Amino acid sequence: MKVLAPEHHLDFGAIRKDFPIFQQKAHGKPLVYLDSTATTQKPIAVIEALVHYYRTYNANIHRGVYAIAEEATARYEQVREKVARVLGARSPREIVFTRGTTESVNLVSNAWGRKNVGPGDVIVLTEMEHHSNLVPWQILARERGATIRYIPFDGQGRLDLSGLDALLEGPVKILSLTHMSNVLGTVNPVAEIARKAHARGALVFVDAAQSLPHFGVDVRQLDCDFLAFSAHKMLGPTGVGALYAKREYLESMPPFLGGGEMIREVRLEGSTWNDVPWKFEAGTMNIADTIAFGTALDYIEHIGFEAIAEHSRRLTTETMGALGEIPGVTIYGPPASERGGIVAFTLDDIHAHDVATVLDHEGVAVRAGHHCAMPLHAKLGVPATTRASFYVYNLPSDIEVLVEGVRKAKQVFHR
Amino acid sequence: MSLDDFYRQTILDHYQNPRNWGTLEKPDITAQDSNPLCGDEIRIDLKIKDGKVEAVRFSGKGCSISRAAASMLTEAIEGKTLDEVKLINRDDVLDMLGIELGPVRLKCALLALKTLKVGVYGVQQSWPGEEDEG
Repeated sequence: MKVLAPEHHLDFGAIRKDFPIFQQKAHGKPLVYLDSTATTQKPIAVIEALVHYYRTYNANIHRGVYAIAEEATARYEQVREKVARVLGARSPREIVFTRGTTESVNLVSNAWGRKNVGPGDVIVLTEMEHHSNLVPWQILARERGATIRYIPFDGQGRLDLSGLDALLEGPVKILSLTHMSNVLGTVNPVAEIARKAHARGALVFVDAAQSLPHFGVDVRQLDCDFLAFSAHKMLGPTGVGALYAKREYLESMPPFLGGGEMIREVRLEGSTWNDVPWKFEAGTMNIADTIAFGTALDYIEHIGFEAIAEHSRRLTTETMGALGEIPGVTIYGPPASERGGIVAFTLDDIHAHDVATVLDHEGVAVRAGHHCAMPLHAKLGVPATTRASFYVYNLPSDIEVLVEGVRKAKQVFHR
Repeated sequence: MSLDDFYRQTILDHYQNPRNWGTLEKPDITAQDSNPLCGDEIRIDLKIKDGKVEAVRFSGKGCSISRAAASMLTEAIEGKTLDEVKLINRDDVLDMLGIELGPVRLKCALLALKTLKVGVYGVQQSWPGEEDEG
């Protein structure tokens, strides 16, 4: 890892200029983009890397022996090395490219789950999971006759671990949880939970879709067995993500998708599989987007995860302070010091869609709804929340526009 | 479209003072539905006499667009025959609201109509927004 520049040496105003989307307006006003939890904007370097591939060395990987095919293959595999280094994996062969977090979860729930989870077995999840880390396990549990237990969260949006020992009793095969809630922003003590789960013989799957972009992860420090993330939530293109898995599990897992590239030898009587991780990369992969994601990782590393975390914490603290002063605003989740750059709130009984529509007319893009976390919202007792989330291109001036917009929403609906 | 145009006074009025709000005792027709995307829920009760809508009530929770659309729709069907109610389509609802809507808010606007159609036909019909594709 390169030495990180101290945060105050970084000019986030200059960083914003690297993102061409902010040159246009929304409803005639400057775009204030506060929906990075859904997907982040892309710096010009990433967009150019994508175009550069198509313009100069577009070729399929792992097949051709001609120059551009070899260049494409090399650059694609370099990204795998980069991801392995960023995550602290032991080897690039522990990194499988997928379409994103959702596919990574489905890969494990299918390939590992169908082989290792049987009738009466237990899967442990939490009540704050995104549907992508909930539904694949429900499908597996139903198919295999397994049961699911949920770690609850408390009124502050923190996991309640007082009953964890009891939840881990019996034939628990896997515990899967989010590292950082996409609604509450809560950062969960994954390493501590993983230690307990491992002591009971369960494997641990970590959804790092939010945590990796916001503060980086170290798979060896977390000691997780599987970890998933999406490139598009960290300045990269859509349609790319990865699964980290300890090599021993990748070796013992059957393939997920069958097809080209994932095989060693195909005969009409049957086939044998390629080495890991290619055993799990059937068909032509998302080459251009993966290579451009490598550029996104370079960009992020240049800023540094520490600086990013510090920047979003500052914006989060400011937002929670300013919104908290508006009567009728309820903010969900823990204090700013315990969360990543996400603030979900409600405003009196005004529906989140109405708040978001007023904000949209001020040029502010926020998410309104259940954010793919219906059980979490059921527990909060609200059908929908409005969510503002931050990344490297956001500035304190964005928060001012947001807060002004929320005040305006109150005026519109309470006049 | 400006914010004031979007939240026209009539929409805010129907949102804040919904017409025909509540439920009916022993309704002849009752239908409920929800929009999973935003958690909107609606129930519509109808009292039918001589083939006509004698009374209508709606209740539930939702955004201003979904509630205003429901309120306007209930006003529009009072006294109408069931055959006339069946003829009401998405454009009628959008005309009542008088605003342009994107695909997400369109579902808010049409939730009441969808629920009403389920009630009067007694079966699930196609989503009103997809009529054109049928």
